[in-house]
Amino acid sequence: MSILVIAEHNNSELNASTLHTVTAASQIGGDITVLVAGHNAGDAAKAAAAVAGVSAVVHADAAEYANGVAENMIPLIAGLADQYSHILAPATTYGKNIMPGVAALKDVAQISDIISVESADTFQRPIYAGNALATVQSGETPKVITVRSTAFEPAAASGGSAGVSSVDATGDAGKSSFVKSEMSSSDRPELTSAKIVVSGGRGMQDGSNFAMLEKVADKLNAAVGASRAAVDAGFVPNDYQVGQTGKVVAPDLYVAVGISGAIQHLAGMKDSKVIVAINKDEEAPIFQVADYGLVSDLFNAVPELESKLG
Amino acid sequence: MKILVPIKRVIDYNVKVRVKADQSGVELANVKMAMNPFDEIAVEQAIRFKEAGAADEVVAISIGPDQAQETIRTALAMGADRGIHVQASHDTEPLAIAKVIKAVVAKEDPGLILMGKQAIDDDSNQTGQMLATLLGWPQATFASGVELDGNTLKVTREVDSGLEHITCALPAVVTVDLRLNEPRYASLPNIMKAKKKPIDQISLDDLGVDASQRLKTLKVEEPPARQAGIIVDTVDTLVDKLTNEAKVI
Repeated sequence: MSILVIAEHNNSELNASTLHTVTAASQIGGDITVLVAGHNAGDAAKAAAAVAGVSAVVHADAAEYANGVAENMIPLIAGLADQYSHILAPATTYGKNIMPGVAALKDVAQISDIISVESADTFQRPIYAGNALATVQSGETPKVITVRSTAFEPAAASGGSAGVSSVDATGDAGKSSFVKSEMSSSDRPELTSAKIVVSGGRGMQDGSNFAMLEKVADKLNAAVGASRAAVDAGFVPNDYQVGQTGKVVAPDLYVAVGISGAIQHLAGMKDSKVIVAINKDEEAPIFQVADYGLVSDLFNAVPELESKLG
Repeated sequence: MKILVPIKRVIDYNVKVRVKADQSGVELANVKMAMNPFDEIAVEQAIRFKEAGAADEVVAISIGPDQAQETIRTALAMGADRGIHVQASHDTEPLAIAKVIKAVVAKEDPGLILMGKQAIDDDSNQTGQMLATLLGWPQATFASGVELDGNTLKVTREVDSGLEHITCALPAVVTVDLRLNEPRYASLPNIMKAKKKPIDQISLDDLGVDASQRLKTLKVEEPPARQAGIIVDTVDTLVDKLTNEAKVI
């Protein structure tokens, strides 16, 4: 078998999601080739070649790949597809945007968001916000798959020594144009790869109150997340959202503050190793998944927690 | 301009789903069903474009069993003008759905397709992207803002790193995210009016689409349950437990 992994990167570095996807590929078994499509992305291609377990890197470098515009990426990947038994990408907004178009051009089903590799043709994936797990089998080639990062450990970023070869660009499809991005910048760890996540919900009452959570997060070297309610209310930007349709996280410790625990939020965090809930409503569903629950007014409990952390 | 809005009938988002004892799927009998919440947002956006004079007709299409017509009626009650029902099994896969919609597009010639970014049952997040590719149209996924400027669509996309702004020309496929708008409730007079709005019936054979399953579902099971936790009385106890018992801080 030969597997093509679509790298998510920023033209200089690989996103962590790429390393998790390589691990899923290695569990399928076979030669792993990583596609780095970008603009002036030589450093990202080098980084991909150094990932343990990668046997080859193909590098497509052109202006039309600078921002991962789907209509430009899809023909490139579909053009390479016949050489591979499996094509994998991370189930991030990047991979979700691109891969269905690849599957459509190859006239195969896509298997979204896999959480386990049962065999080379059988995979497990969550459905209904993770309230059920489906095991599905595909008899098609290539198998087009997106991978849930939290379900697979990251591959080592060093230790590999794959060769890098260039592939021709497929041109600008001219269908949609990237204008600009508004990225949140933070010195804290990235939400989906942080060991500890501190999240706030509607109970935070106001965006300025997230400063309390940030102080706790800084003491724990944690990322800050939020429920949909908190994002909808404008307390924090959309990229904080944890849940069925936001980010999926599985840190060692997840601290849910003022979050009631709707099914859709639980879908994004219930695979965390340890869950703490702080909520003044003792009936809140979040307590049903929490390892440690504290029934308390968060405006007292959170500053006290911060003061008692070293 | 005509706007086509594909909608799906799913288990209501408030219902806790139950896995069938034989592991063949989840229990759908006697369970409250509703329009996929993302699709409601797409219907709302289409109606707003019509109200703003940017569109003159909103057509809702659903592919599924007979009961999908109830979901189409919901869209009609919100303000869609007419419906199209394509008879198919509940678990038709995204690729087949995209092919069905493509075939309907050939007949209807819409200028814009607005649809939910994912259905909350299979959580696939595929159909809009597949449809755009099959049609050769631009795709604007995960939209939290859409603006029409003549023939140009300006879309704000919610991506993992924040927001992304793109533009594309019509016709295009837009998949909508949660924060695009808040869908309206249908008023009683509009619910009554919706009963008189037409719903065309089309079969898969009419469209010449093969909707057979590509993936085989071997089993559907409950996720492993979390062990019950404890309630701690004080912040001190919490810090102690996290430090000495769970050893995570």
